[in-house]
Amino acid sequence: MDRPSFATRSIQAAFLAIALAAWYGLTASGSVSRLFLPTPSSVREAFLALVATGQFWSAVRVTLTTIAEAYAIAVVAGLFTGYLVTRSRFATEAIEPLIAGLFTIPITLFFPMFILFFGVGTGSKVAYGAVYGFFPIALNTIAAFSTFEERYLRAARAMGASHWDTFRHVLLPGAFPLLVNGLRIGFFIAFASVLGGETLSSIAGVGRNIALAAELMEPARMYAWITFVVLTAISLNMLMSSLEKRVQRQ
Amino acid sequence: MITQGAPQPVHEQTRSKRTALLAMPHATRIKWTRLAILLALVVFFEIDGRFFADPAFLQPPSAVVVALFDKILNNPQIVSAVLTSIVEIGTAYGLAIVFGFIIGVAVGSTGFARASFFPIVLLLYAIPQVSLIPLVILVFGLGPASKIAFGFSHGIFPVIVNVVAGMRNVNEIYLRGARSMGASRRDILRHVIFPHMVPSFFVGLRLSMTLTLLGVILAELYVSTSGIGYFARLFAENYNPAPLFALIGVLAAIALAFNGIVRLVERRLTPGKRATAAFSSRGVQPL
Repeated sequence: MDRPSFATRSIQAAFLAIALAAWYGLTASGSVSRLFLPTPSSVREAFLALVATGQFWSAVRVTLTTIAEAYAIAVVAGLFTGYLVTRSRFATEAIEPLIAGLFTIPITLFFPMFILFFGVGTGSKVAYGAVYGFFPIALNTIAAFSTFEERYLRAARAMGASHWDTFRHVLLPGAFPLLVNGLRIGFFIAFASVLGGETLSSIAGVGRNIALAAELMEPARMYAWITFVVLTAISLNMLMSSLEKRVQRQ
Repeated sequence: MITQGAPQPVHEQTRSKRTALLAMPHATRIKWTRLAILLALVVFFEIDGRFFADPAFLQPPSAVVVALFDKILNNPQIVSAVLTSIVEIGTAYGLAIVFGFIIGVAVGSTGFARASFFPIVLLLYAIPQVSLIPLVILVFGLGPASKIAFGFSHGIFPVIVNVVAGMRNVNEIYLRGARSMGASRRDILRHVIFPHMVPSFFVGLRLSMTLTLLGVILAELYVSTSGIGYFARLFAENYNPAPLFALIGVLAAIALAFNGIVRLVERRLTPGKRATAAFSSRGVQPL
């Protein structure tokens, strides 16, 4: 990554300032419909009003619970499948392309099936997020354990390491960076797909509220929800990458 | 690295000869195993769908195939909706490549531009765009425009990121060599940086295709009053799984075909990469 300097920082700040100024200018001059782009002040008011309501927090709780459930299932299933598959080189070669190939199809296509099987409640979103998050975790787990240097394992075994010792002290530390990578990508995919599922078809949650605000033609409210989601995603991203940096430095 | 006709190193040749001998039965064995797994899944769902499952939720694959011919390919409305989505995917992908390439070259051309604008690109890439669907539909309407816009906004980011990454990865020595031999800025871009960028660019194109498909399909499913979204909802709400599965199967085949075309072009245009091992587990790249 390039090191930020004062000049690059000021250009980034200028970029943000221009974007904000354009927003003010466009809405003040009235050249853009208020329906598409409400004024910044109305969005701020809508955001503050929204955060004060209990409805906001209940929607956030529904979404967070759904994400947590989906992610937990994806992590367990992904790690387990990935580890099992790599126990045999033959299985890895036969099964990995199947999983990778399936992942090139947008799982979103199958969303109507999830609705059919699990209904419009949170169940369908949990299943959808879990399936979507499963793939990157499983694929990275397979990659982590199968691209492992055979000679390390042989050396460990030659020095009398037990099965568990080999796993604990050789296989796991070696595979760790890719595993963490998979877990991180899996989280953001589960996060985005739960939100997306809620937006497409559901009865509660953050995504549902964004869609509802659009259907009711309340742009300020919709922008307030979108702002909340964007801020959450960006701070989660920063948190994750700083965590990952710290983990990998050790 | 993409020099054709250059003599291969000796150890490379012996290794490829050895793997060629070993690989034949091994590769076929793997192919058959894979086929057997898929076949076992089909048989499982056939038996399950025929004798055990509730027909309102699950139908055997044979019924899905029948529905494909009876209810999907026979229905001109569905066929035209599917064709429209193909046009949308193609248009969005083309736009994403062109604009992604232009923006990527602009951002990646100098270290200063990269340090200034690349963080902004990465920040925008990190936003979960699904939360913006209602807005995109509001602005671009219910027709193809909104789907193209949403596919484009998904597809452009991997192209930008990988073009920038590809331009950055050029070894400093080559740049200095070209400069010392009197190459102009344009010469360097054309003859040093672009050829080096090709593999990374194709990684971007592959990811971009996946995301363009995602964007278009998300928008298609969100708009449930017309097109694919309407029919998907219709079949799901009427507990009519066979045509629903058939429709999803058609779209999945289209997605696979698009991915296949990108891979084919990649293999054609980057002959150097063909030398790499037939099997390598790469995992999923974050960006």
